[in-house]
Amino acid sequence: MLERIATLRREAEAAIAAAGSSAELEELRVRHLGRRAELPNLLRGVRDLPPEERGPVGQAANQARQALEGLIERRAAELDATELDARLSADRVDVTLPGDPAPPVGRLHLLTATRREIEDVFLGLGFDVAEGPEIESVYYNFDALNHPPDHPAREETDTFYVSDDVVLRTHTSPVQVRAMEAHPPPLYIIVPGRVFRPDSDATHTPQFHQVEGLAVDEDVTMADLQGTLLAFARAVFGNERQVRLRPHNFPFTEPSVEVDVSCFRCRDGFMPDGSRCRICKGSTWLEILGAGMVDPNVFEHVREHGYDPDRVQGFAFGLGIERVAMLKHEVSDLRLFYDNDVRFLEQFG
Amino acid sequence: MRLPLEWLHEYCRPALDTSALADRLDLTGTKVEAILRHGVGSPDAFVVGRVVEAAGHPDADRLSVCRVDVGGGELAQIVCGAPNVAAGQTVAVARPGAVMPDGSELGRATLRGVESEGMILAEDELGIGTDHSGIVVLDGEADGVAPGTPLVEVLAIATDVLELEITPNRPDCLGVYGVGREVHAATGAPLQPPPWADDPGSEGPVEGVQVVVEDPELCPRFTARLFEDVSIGPSPPWLKARLMAAGQRPINNVVDITNYVMLLTAQPLHAFDFDRVVEGRLLVRAARAGDQVETLDGEVRTLHPGSVVIDDGDGPTSIAGIMGGARSEVSPATTRVLMEAATWNGPNIKRTSVRMGLRSEASARFEKQLQPESTLEAQAVAARLMVELCGARLAPGTVDVGGAGPPPARIPLRERRVSELLGAEIPRARSAEILDSLGFGVDETQGALEAAVPHWRRVDVYREVDLVEEVARIDGFDRLPATLPSRPDAGGRLEPVQRAGRRIEDLLAGAGVLQVAGWSFQAPDVGDRLRLGPDDPRRRTVRMRNPLSEDQSEMRPLLLGSLLDAARHNAARDVDDLRLFEIGAVYLAGDGELPDQPQHVGALLVGRVRPPTWRDPEPPRADFFAAKGILSALLDGLRVEWAVAAAPEPFLHPGRAAAVSVAGETVGWVGEVHPLVARAWDLEGVAAFELDLDAVAARAAEQVASYRELTDFPPVRQDLAVVVGEDVPAAQVVEVVRRAGGPLLETARIFDVYRGAQVGEGRVSLALALQFRAPDRTLTEDEVAELRRAIGAALREELGGELRG
Repeated sequence: MLERIATLRREAEAAIAAAGSSAELEELRVRHLGRRAELPNLLRGVRDLPPEERGPVGQAANQARQALEGLIERRAAELDATELDARLSADRVDVTLPGDPAPPVGRLHLLTATRREIEDVFLGLGFDVAEGPEIESVYYNFDALNHPPDHPAREETDTFYVSDDVVLRTHTSPVQVRAMEAHPPPLYIIVPGRVFRPDSDATHTPQFHQVEGLAVDEDVTMADLQGTLLAFARAVFGNERQVRLRPHNFPFTEPSVEVDVSCFRCRDGFMPDGSRCRICKGSTWLEILGAGMVDPNVFEHVREHGYDPDRVQGFAFGLGIERVAMLKHEVSDLRLFYDNDVRFLEQFG
Repeated sequence: MRLPLEWLHEYCRPALDTSALADRLDLTGTKVEAILRHGVGSPDAFVVGRVVEAAGHPDADRLSVCRVDVGGGELAQIVCGAPNVAAGQTVAVARPGAVMPDGSELGRATLRGVESEGMILAEDELGIGTDHSGIVVLDGEADGVAPGTPLVEVLAIATDVLELEITPNRPDCLGVYGVGREVHAATGAPLQPPPWADDPGSEGPVEGVQVVVEDPELCPRFTARLFEDVSIGPSPPWLKARLMAAGQRPINNVVDITNYVMLLTAQPLHAFDFDRVVEGRLLVRAARAGDQVETLDGEVRTLHPGSVVIDDGDGPTSIAGIMGGARSEVSPATTRVLMEAATWNGPNIKRTSVRMGLRSEASARFEKQLQPESTLEAQAVAARLMVELCGARLAPGTVDVGGAGPPPARIPLRERRVSELLGAEIPRARSAEILDSLGFGVDETQGALEAAVPHWRRVDVYREVDLVEEVARIDGFDRLPATLPSRPDAGGRLEPVQRAGRRIEDLLAGAGVLQVAGWSFQAPDVGDRLRLGPDDPRRRTVRMRNPLSEDQSEMRPLLLGSLLDAARHNAARDVDDLRLFEIGAVYLAGDGELPDQPQHVGALLVGRVRPPTWRDPEPPRADFFAAKGILSALLDGLRVEWAVAAAPEPFLHPGRAAAVSVAGETVGWVGEVHPLVARAWDLEGVAAFELDLDAVAARAAEQVASYRELTDFPPVRQDLAVVVGEDVPAAQVVEVVRRAGGPLLETARIFDVYRGAQVGEGRVSLALALQFRAPDRTLTEDEVAELRRAIGAALREELGGELRG
């Protein structure tokens, strides 16, 4: 009997080891350990054996069954792994096909990106951001900004008129007076926004964008204007930049200056390859904005709001967002900003 | 304004090279646009020559073979084609190797077999005139000058020219002497006395000349002098050379004198042929409708009322300040010249010149408002030249209507004020020195500084701050330190609404939408193309009185038009799948002083909502739900309460249009663009939305999220299908479910919509995924069943819905 058990075990062990698939293994399990198989039946028949045989036979049969069960389990795991490998090996893709595209990427318009960049610099310098209407009264656009009644900027060649008293604002400067009416000094604001002038060619579009700056306090000086603009220039165009102030003339500032920033592309007007710099055209300076000390006549319009020209003084500046963006990103034609060609839009923002 | 340095040097000669001078002028307020080179390229190769012998060419009738003393005992053989060449003349000679004004280089040449070592020059070949009919004969200029002397010592054949941008407040710098004064102040180089210092003229009436000015507002001063025995002829080479360098063509001596004096003094002059001034009288008056003048250029021009005309006894003879008339033009036969120098009303001249489309060197100066005093300055210079160059006799007296301007203003300048405004000290002595160099009268008595404003600065200097500017710009802004305002309370920030505005842009960009910047302008037919009804409020557009073109004559009342413009631009370039958004103002005429101009945000989708791939070759195309998806990304991103409800818009598909509300307030629309509207922009399959950004941002800015406890108690998920009438909006079904489900119903989401025979005609089945959860316990099956019954009952009672399954 014990011998038979050993034989059964040997045979089964050999068959299990030779099993080539999970299905074959299952068949072997049924054949050797199933309800009708010999070994389990031997086990079930143990109680009919003489008592002295029951112990050794039962033990041997049980050991054999457990050994076979363990063997089947291990072999099953081996076969599973092999079969998975085979399945996976058969499941090949062409890895060179394109991957699924990520959801499309949106972009901010270059004007928005540049406006934010400028805003963030001045927010850091302690300026708030103010806004005002694009269709504006002649009073705020011209009168309160010290434009004499016959100033050429008021002509219909230079300003879009809606009526005798209402224009499309030609600059963001009218918000200076609106802001001073609304807030007593000290006042530190910038004003980004859209402005309009009747010009249209490669370097002028009838709408464009400016950022106005206004700082009014008891002791704000021209030197503070220079330092503020230097900080701006360095933040936007690089830490090595210098600025220079050239005298100019605007109705609402006195003294008035145009401000240049040193060219950020070239050294002394020349590129590393020896060619003349395209950005500054060899001049080493780039004109970026107009500025000056607020003209006392402007304060006269808001005197009753706390702006006594004998007690407060300040600076103002106005810069073109398109101008900054064109310089910084080497955009060659102003009209690209409003064509909205996606090939342009996708390059920025 | 073109400033030949050769001319400047007569009055002020700084010890700076041209580019250093240009830099200095730039930094003191006279902007140099360009540095030009006028005249010949190699002045050394041009010399004074004397024609020793001029003989006929053996093989050419029109050529002469000359032997020319070119200095150093050398006689050069030069073949010359000019008819006027003759022995004994002093002439201008270019030697081989000379670079001519056009850039070409002169070589040795053989002309019909005779060698020529150089060229005897006509004035056009020297760039000092336009005449090519004969060679220049140097008479007065080269008296006592030895042959071989460099020509440049005799004639301005080469000079650097500065192209200046003169700001409108400085018409005095539209003349050489005015710039000379700036150069003097900016560089410290000495300034010669003005060319008008010595006036040959006299005061008092001029016999036979009568001038009446009807309106002194339009003509503050009118002066005139009479010259007799004038001989008209060409100007001398030196004068022509200066005019050419300054960009003016020489005409004849009298006309050249008027131009020369204008370029020198900034005061334009006009020369009348006095024998053609009918009755010898001039009347300055405002033009009347129908007035016509034939101007110098031969055009008959009709004057606008408001412009100023000068009449003689026969009616209009000149357009004041703009252009003279043909009738009284100086001609070769002229012998009596009435020289006019007047002051006109600047804005009036500007308006007239713009309206007539006629801008001249004179009008460009007058429109900046010249001062009355400069009329007599110009008269003084002109008188001397008329006598010298035209052999004229100056008749006694000067017609002077209007007289000089007010006496100089005297303005104190406090040293403290200078430093307070600039943030840097400038000593009083330095301020005084600067103001003096600019022509201000400076009085330093009693320890204070007082400046008397010269007439040419009368308009732009009238306050202390104006003096500060003068001092600061000449002292140099480059000497200012760079400081920041000293502020104890510094701190800039965006308002919540401004932050919400940025968030809106970021959410849309994050949803894969490209931002565009459209035109605020639109064509008047956009309202029709958008199918707006006659009473639609968006028909109340704002129109410009003076648009650049009819296509840009109105202000847009909504963003949809400019979004469609942007889509069309790209579709025309074969980009068919677009997701665009724009943020900007729209403009509606209202009852207030200014139009309503809220900021809007709009988005537009056309074509496929995502790019096709080999796995997904037919992605869905833009439709209502694609637009609403982007809208959801925006409004859910802002965490505002929002809803849509079917509502028509004239430009939308009537069955696929909705109003959008935020916190119960209607803020815009979403829908598929009406096919006919899309077609008007050559597009099809367009979906869009547009919201009032101010309203949305205001709601978004109010949002302050409060923390809700997280829970680990498990949710119970159940599906529920309900059949309702087709006209019941899904949102209403969800609303009823949510209300009936109460706080334990965590989410309710529609995941299927079914129409068909099984649910019956006019009915629709909506399948909802429900999720129940209690924060503090595990829900029992009984609790959920109870809630589900309540939901079923509510759907039945409120919407006539039946639960399926």
